[in-house]
Amino acid sequence: MEELTNIFVRSVFIDNMVLAYFLGMCSYLAVSRTVTTANGLGIAVIFVLGFTVPLNYLIENYFLREGAMVWLGPAFADVDLSFLSFILFIAVIASMVQLVEMIVEKFAPALYSSLGIFLPLIAVNCAILGGSLFMQEREYANIAQATSFGIGSGVGFYLAIVGIAAIREKIRYSNVPEPLQGLGITFIITGLMGIAFMSFMGIAL
Amino acid sequence: MSKSEKEALFSTKNKKLLTTPLNDENPITVQVLGICSALAVTALLEPAFVLAVAVVAVMGAANVIISVLRHTIPTRIRIIVQLVVIAFLVILVDQVLKAFLYDVSRQLSVFVGLIITNCIIMGRLEAFALGNKVWPSLLDGVGNAAGYGVILIMVAFFRELLGSGTLWGYPVMETLGVYRTGYVDNGFMILPPMALITVGIIIWVQRSFNRKLIESN
Repeated sequence: MEELTNIFVRSVFIDNMVLAYFLGMCSYLAVSRTVTTANGLGIAVIFVLGFTVPLNYLIENYFLREGAMVWLGPAFADVDLSFLSFILFIAVIASMVQLVEMIVEKFAPALYSSLGIFLPLIAVNCAILGGSLFMQEREYANIAQATSFGIGSGVGFYLAIVGIAAIREKIRYSNVPEPLQGLGITFIITGLMGIAFMSFMGIAL
Repeated sequence: MSKSEKEALFSTKNKKLLTTPLNDENPITVQVLGICSALAVTALLEPAFVLAVAVVAVMGAANVIISVLRHTIPTRIRIIVQLVVIAFLVILVDQVLKAFLYDVSRQLSVFVGLIITNCIIMGRLEAFALGNKVWPSLLDGVGNAAGYGVILIMVAFFRELLGSGTLWGYPVMETLGVYRTGYVDNGFMILPPMALITVGIIIWVQRSFNRKLIESN
């Protein structure tokens, strides 16, 4: 249990998807004009990451890794399909996004209408594929850890995007130098947020 | 866009496809696409250059393939088709890097795979290759990827020079003897947040010269 909490806290604060690895930057910059939309996208990302990372973990460990297919019989012991991981991961993500969209539409129509267009857009959000690729690289020990990592990364993305949206709503009333307005100042603020988040690096877990 | 068959290979219109993404329509600083991978690999010049070349290759090829297939792809499943084409090309690039440039491939880690979700590629496939002929699509792809690469290399240049005092591993600052005057490398430049601030400053400089790009808050 302690291990799971550690992974969660690590992926929210120390290995924050946006502020430490710059993943999901495109939607982070495009959808952070107001807090409401940022909130919607953030929740959707938590959802999708929480589903796709454990799913891809299973695929990785039962199909792709060298020797992963040994459960099919000893003849498969040295089959290594890991070069297929990109294409399988992205297929899982695209179909999961579609599935999550349908589930949310059925059981939580209010949430669905507030998320609107952002759900399908998540399929090409690099934070999602990044989550699966980092999971592959870090070799988590079991599916619980992978899930904890997935949800934690989603929460990290959520924190970052809601934070920047709140700052951008405020900064509209400030006197920013003209060439910096809009995109430029958003980059610099994100950089400053990243520096602030770096102070978490000292925490040993 | 209707084009006559006899149009020269590098007509004004085609040249424009290649050059506007370098400045007026730059994917990173103007269209805000493909930022994810642009920032994380720019601490050193070499991986940044390799990634830029990889993106040029993937994007040129993907634009050509999608443009060739543009009449056969059913619109409803086009996103999956595009993803599969891109993923296939990225797998090729990844295997080539692993075979010939193993160290760089280690440094780039997941960012080679993330070319798949690089929004520049998807964006240009959607916006251009699906509706245009093969040759203009190739130019558009290469032009946009080059615009992306230029920013990548600029950011990496400043970060490596100021952060480690080297360029492509060559100790520039030491050779110039700057350290003897009491100069110290700014280790802060290597840390991730400085990539964002460097891009912010590049945008600032670009927009002060090119004032029509200024957006209102």
